[in-house]
Amino acid sequence: METVTLQDYKTSEKSWWCPGCGDFGVLAALQKTLVKLGIPPHRVAIVAGIGCSGKMGNYINSYNIHVVHGRTLPSALGVKLANRDLLVIAAGGDGDGFAIGMNHFVHAVRRNIGVKYIVMDNHIYGLTKGQNSPTSDHGQKVKAAPFGNVESPVRPLSLALTAGATYVAQGFSSNQAQLARLIEGAIAHPGFAFVNVLSPCVTYNKINTYDFYKQMLHDLDEDPEYEPDSRGRAIAAVLEREELVTGLIYHDPGSVAYEDALPGFAEEPLAGRDIALEEADFLELLASYR
Amino acid sequence: MPKSLAWMIGGDQGEGIDATGDVFGRVLSRLGYCIYGYRHFSSRIKGGHTNFTVRIAADRVLAPQANVEVLVALTQETIDRNAHLLLPGAPLLADSQLKPVLPDGCEARLVEIPLTQIAREVGAAVVRNMVAVGGSAALFGLPLEAFEAYAREKFERKGETVALQNVEALRRGHAFIEELGLMGRFALPAPRPRERYLMTGNDSLALGALAAGCRIMAAYPITPATDIMENLAGLFPRFGGAVCQMEDELAAITLVIGANYAGARAMTATSGPGFSLMQEGIGLASMAEIPAVVVDTQRVGPSTGMPTKNEQSDLLAAVFGGHGEGQRIVIAPGTAVQAFADGFEAFNLADRYQCPVIVLSDLALAQWLQSVEALPPEGHAIDRGAIVAQEELDRLTGEFERYRLTEDGISPRALPGMPKGQFLATGVEHASSGKVSEAPQNRIAQMEKRSRKLDPLRARPGAIETSHTDDAEVVIVCFGSIVGAVDEAVELLRQDGVRAGRVQVRQLWPMPDVPLAAALRGAGKVLVAEQNATGEMRQLMRIAGLEDDRYRSLLHFDGTLLSPQRVVAAVQELSVKEGV
Ligand SMILES: Cc1ncc(C[n+]2csc(CCOP(=O)(O)OP(=O)(O)O)c2C)c(N)n1
Ligand code: SF4
Ligand SMILES: [Mg+2]
Repeated sequence: METVTLQDYKTSEKSWWCPGCGDFGVLAALQKTLVKLGIPPHRVAIVAGIGCSGKMGNYINSYNIHVVHGRTLPSALGVKLANRDLLVIAAGGDGDGFAIGMNHFVHAVRRNIGVKYIVMDNHIYGLTKGQNSPTSDHGQKVKAAPFGNVESPVRPLSLALTAGATYVAQGFSSNQAQLARLIEGAIAHPGFAFVNVLSPCVTYNKINTYDFYKQMLHDLDEDPEYEPDSRGRAIAAVLEREELVTGLIYHDPGSVAYEDALPGFAEEPLAGRDIALEEADFLELLASYR
Repeated sequence: MPKSLAWMIGGDQGEGIDATGDVFGRVLSRLGYCIYGYRHFSSRIKGGHTNFTVRIAADRVLAPQANVEVLVALTQETIDRNAHLLLPGAPLLADSQLKPVLPDGCEARLVEIPLTQIAREVGAAVVRNMVAVGGSAALFGLPLEAFEAYAREKFERKGETVALQNVEALRRGHAFIEELGLMGRFALPAPRPRERYLMTGNDSLALGALAAGCRIMAAYPITPATDIMENLAGLFPRFGGAVCQMEDELAAITLVIGANYAGARAMTATSGPGFSLMQEGIGLASMAEIPAVVVDTQRVGPSTGMPTKNEQSDLLAAVFGGHGEGQRIVIAPGTAVQAFADGFEAFNLADRYQCPVIVLSDLALAQWLQSVEALPPEGHAIDRGAIVAQEELDRLTGEFERYRLTEDGISPRALPGMPKGQFLATGVEHASSGKVSEAPQNRIAQMEKRSRKLDPLRARPGAIETSHTDDAEVVIVCFGSIVGAVDEAVELLRQDGVRAGRVQVRQLWPMPDVPLAAALRGAGKVLVAEQNATGEMRQLMRIAGLEDDRYRSLLHFDGTLLSPQRVVAAVQELSVKEGV
């Protein structure tokens, strides 16, 4: 293992987030985990969405691609297919993942792509200054919904579970040790690993605050009654507590990643391969059009 | 002797009309003829009239023929809709079971042939169309053995019985026509046999992409682009690649961008509606300078338009679509050979210029069969463009400057996985390091860099292709599949003593203004022919300074294929009205 230090993962970029923003905790946990695992920064590609959360990549000295709003997961799949030796991490907000990008979320789950997906779920649109997001509570009042949110929230964990996710976890940005453990588990998991992080927006969300979570969250990792080995029990457990849980919620040890399931797909990275077509192959293909 | 003969088969969709046309065309191709096979169809899967025409000639033809010599009708509707295409006395082969009647005033010769009955006698109702093929072979005096051999080869995997039933159907159809004394009713010109392939533009484009090293294809199904995805889905597993059928075109384009960013060659293919959805992604590729190959096989728009009809109306969307001013390259093949070349070259251009390359195909090119003589893989070499050397990264003391300001505007990229090459690729305006920057001076510098890099393309060899322009009094300018009709029109006009010429614009953006101006300098009149309602290419030419009182437009936008006759008429009208 190469020695990798925290310094290797830092960039010269000054942080843009509001002081106290939950995303600091997510960044720290991710950097710590990468260092702990000794993964050199050039072997990591972070695909970030648009939002406050999407700035994540600006602060990690890995390969980074900051895409268009909502398309984090398909871009991440592209990166993974091009170079399957990379650790590909997709990172974005609740709006990026469950509103404009919801379609891709369900399909990434269903395909079980070899991408680790970290959502900084602050139940609000931070970057656009405080509109309700798909995870905002019913009744939440914001400028764009002055009489309160009439919609019911998306439940990301149960959604992922019912769509067939093979690794589902939820962290809280203040609980660094647990979050780092969950990210580490995600990295070790073959296939799609979903880590939803409750990451408070201190500026625009006055409901889902640090104090709120400290009071409300139930830690399934510490629950002697709970085992993350049954999809059915996992769904029941998260629904029962309106998803106010943390820990490893479900894990399928038999998971096979999309890239491993694709017929004939190269075992070594496509990038860097000799891509020229043999003339004999070409002529054979051409002959089928006679 | 006419330049070509045409054979048409018509019936209901779902009755194997395409497959039958394919058999007829393919055997003629093997016999040494040049084929153009085109279809009339609607968006329905079953039911609804469809017909397939095989145009047969000794030399290459790439346009529809005005009339047909033989019509095979499997339904009365086929007769009602198409009998007028037959010249007086030309045979209309109709299944006797239909109790067919000719429309009033039609002077074609109705030949009733018991297709269904013969097929039943042979033992399989499905071989009905092969009876018609056998009969058609007799009408053209073609050797039955070639058809039999093809049927054996094609149906071999379905078992001996099926193959034999097909052969028997061919024989019975042939014998029936022979007994009527119609054998060799139409003599075909002598063929010029040589190695030829019968393929669509989608077929050859997919092959070109594969040959260029494309190994990832992401798409969402849409007519008329889907064959590209389907072809590659069959081919890629053998070469280690993957086709991803995505949930929408937003996903398809952004997957392609991710894959190209990480160093693979990846493409997507779509048509108008999907192309509209891709515009935001295309802008990201422009801004972050990531190669991306996007094929747009145009159909009639806007919105769902006429999904199975031909049009060339996405040109301005290809060049200017999306918000902001995103640099891209737009190329347009017109023939299957060019589709192969562009399917290949698009990847070189994308890598070299680090930007989206849009290959503007169209329905006729994408879907209609044409004869192709040897696709040349030679002459095409893979060029991955500027990629920084690892040794250079190893020597770096500071960070890698991915978007370094260079004289030609092209900055070498690092590929993920290369030590010390880490950088941020972002759709946000960025400094040379890749880091976000909104400084006015930086904005200007990066914007100019991204524009400057495409300048040399204005004079790219092959950006236009000319024919008969040297002495031309009228030059017809076109792009895409209508080049076939235009070329035939030029031939017809020249036979009539009109010195016509043709310029095909192969690269539509950046507009090759210098070579175009040179090619058009001597022309008395310039007719810009396009299949759209607003003259999109002419608008682009105007922007590039190519407009004066010699320019006129021929706009064809009814969804049908542009015919050589329409082009001839437009030129004649110019001459009559204005005196060329
Ligand atoms: C296509 C498009 N629509 C709208 C926007 C504006 N926009 C930027 S970020 C964002 C929402 C961000 O919310 P979320 O994903 O939860 O991220 P957060 O800022 O809360 O971390 C919106 C609507 C955009 N950038 N692109
Ligand atoms: S607005 Fe909210 S989410 Fe955005 S940086 Fe500030 S605290 Fe964080
Ligand atoms: Mg949010």
